[in-house]
Amino acid sequence: MNRCSLAGTGLAIVVLMQSPPSHAALGGNLASIKGDQAIMSASRSATQGSQYTVHIMTLPRGTVVREYVSSNGTVFAVTWRGPAMPNLTQLLGTYTTQATEGMKAFRLTHGGNGPGLVSASNFVMQSGGHMGGYVGRAWLPTAVPTGTSIKDLK
Amino acid sequence: MQKISRVLALVLACLMTACSGGGGGSEATSSTSASTSSGANSGTGSSSSSGTGSSAGSTFTSTGTGTGSTTPTTPTPTTPTVNNTLTVTVSSGGYGAFNVPLASVTICLPGTTTCQTIDNVLVDTGSYGLRLMASAVSLSLPQSSSSAGNKLATCSAFASGYTWGSVRTADVKLGGETAFALPVQLIADSSYSTVPSDCSSQGAANLNAPTLIAANGILGVGLQAQDCPDCVANADSVYYDCPTSTTCTATTATLAQQVANPVSYFAQDNNGVILQLPSIPAVGQASATGQLVFGIGTQSNNGLGSATVYAVDASSNSISTTYNGTDYSWSFIDSGSNGLFFEDTSIATCGTTVFYCPASMLALSATLLGTNGASTNVSFNVGNAPAMVLLGSWAMSSLAADVSGMFDWGLPFFYGRSVYTAINGKSTPGGMGPYYAF
Repeated sequence: MNRCSLAGTGLAIVVLMQSPPSHAALGGNLASIKGDQAIMSASRSATQGSQYTVHIMTLPRGTVVREYVSSNGTVFAVTWRGPAMPNLTQLLGTYTTQATEGMKAFRLTHGGNGPGLVSASNFVMQSGGHMGGYVGRAWLPTAVPTGTSIKDLK
Repeated sequence: MQKISRVLALVLACLMTACSGGGGGSEATSSTSASTSSGANSGTGSSSSSGTGSSAGSTFTSTGTGTGSTTPTTPTPTTPTVNNTLTVTVSSGGYGAFNVPLASVTICLPGTTTCQTIDNVLVDTGSYGLRLMASAVSLSLPQSSSSAGNKLATCSAFASGYTWGSVRTADVKLGGETAFALPVQLIADSSYSTVPSDCSSQGAANLNAPTLIAANGILGVGLQAQDCPDCVANADSVYYDCPTSTTCTATTATLAQQVANPVSYFAQDNNGVILQLPSIPAVGQASATGQLVFGIGTQSNNGLGSATVYAVDASSNSISTTYNGTDYSWSFIDSGSNGLFFEDTSIATCGTTVFYCPASMLALSATLLGTNGASTNVSFNVGNAPAMVLLGSWAMSSLAADVSGMFDWGLPFFYGRSVYTAINGKSTPGGMGPYYAF
């Protein structure tokens, strides 16, 4: 049923009650997005584009999370913006440790509490904003579909 | 040592990209310039000071105009009765980091003259509340109670990480002003070494040491009086009920229980702040000294003057900025960010870092738009970060970095300006907060 919804053009609202799988979104598959949705108690809709499908989730406090899935079914990017941080552990999954270590290294070389950036060949994360307004994104450079620019992701 | 690693990080990046120049024109000076003379900072510098004439106790419940009434009155400027300024310094001091505005904060056991002055606290217009690293605090501040009667702890999310620790109460002195019985966060309180998973999931890094923010704490004097109005009704994983130190679970918290912007607790000058930093050369200089002024339109030294008010969306705490034809609805003016953070793919970055490295100083502009429709074109410079480091600059008005999806007006924006930050729901001569004005 989900396949049908996702294949449709425009906006398809998908309401799901899933038990969470153990693996999380970034680098995961469609099932992992459903897990994210369940754990974050989010509503979800999906829009299919020519190069990827974007799943848009709205969290209870209003933060919007977007997960981008390539045609081969891999979540290659996640973005967030809103008044509260999303569950990064869930969204970043197996990349959480790399994010934690990378962000700590960034902070050790940059004072203050502004945006933090992690940039590696396999994983990139930009986390910004301030208290009550957060904006960020993380992606897997090698999994980004050809012709897709990370800069264009909302 | 930390200082050296920060310098090396940028210089190495410079070498890797074979950058040249750095604007050339003006040479960095090592002089420190004070933008405005202020009165003696009587409240800081001593390990034991008295209560500056105010009687402790009931004072903290008075949050000045606007509370307890649906028709707040606009404050009337008065002759300064207290020193409403706090010296702010950007230099190589403290933990040695670029563009980090630091000030001294005096904390006292509530209702006593047992006090401690903590230097090198980050002045942050992007957050709300005083948060101190436990390693810098020697006083044994009393811990707040949760609504269930247990101990209260809190988790705060910042852009790049989170802080976890207990909620304590202190009388907090900033310049000549005092916030009595202010709930503050004690970051990395050793009694609470177990971070709940729904706290650690709110940020990548655990900001649990001074070296991670290059400061002994965060003085959040931004747009809100409390850090989580939504927490009054919802257990948002910001406040935690702790039956034991290792079994904390998310809970609700009344506004009175919440870590609060100390300015909102002052008896006067409590509707916002002005951060004033001097003009500096585009390539920066060794240090810059300015001041944080408390109150907007409440004394002879904090009027709005010719400043324009840019109202802020109270739900997103953001304004809008348009740059290169792209509208960024998530935009903010944040002294806790050490650079300007925005996206411009035409500007080279330094090696593996995200900081911009143009061959020569760039003159750019962006349009800033408030929710009240007020807008202005803001000119700014983007310089070569490693070149500025080699010049010996620690205060940098043209430090900028590449980030997508937002426009963060960090500390470079503040040089040569008086930037007003009005607190949500507080009355000022420029209207109700929240707003920025400059």
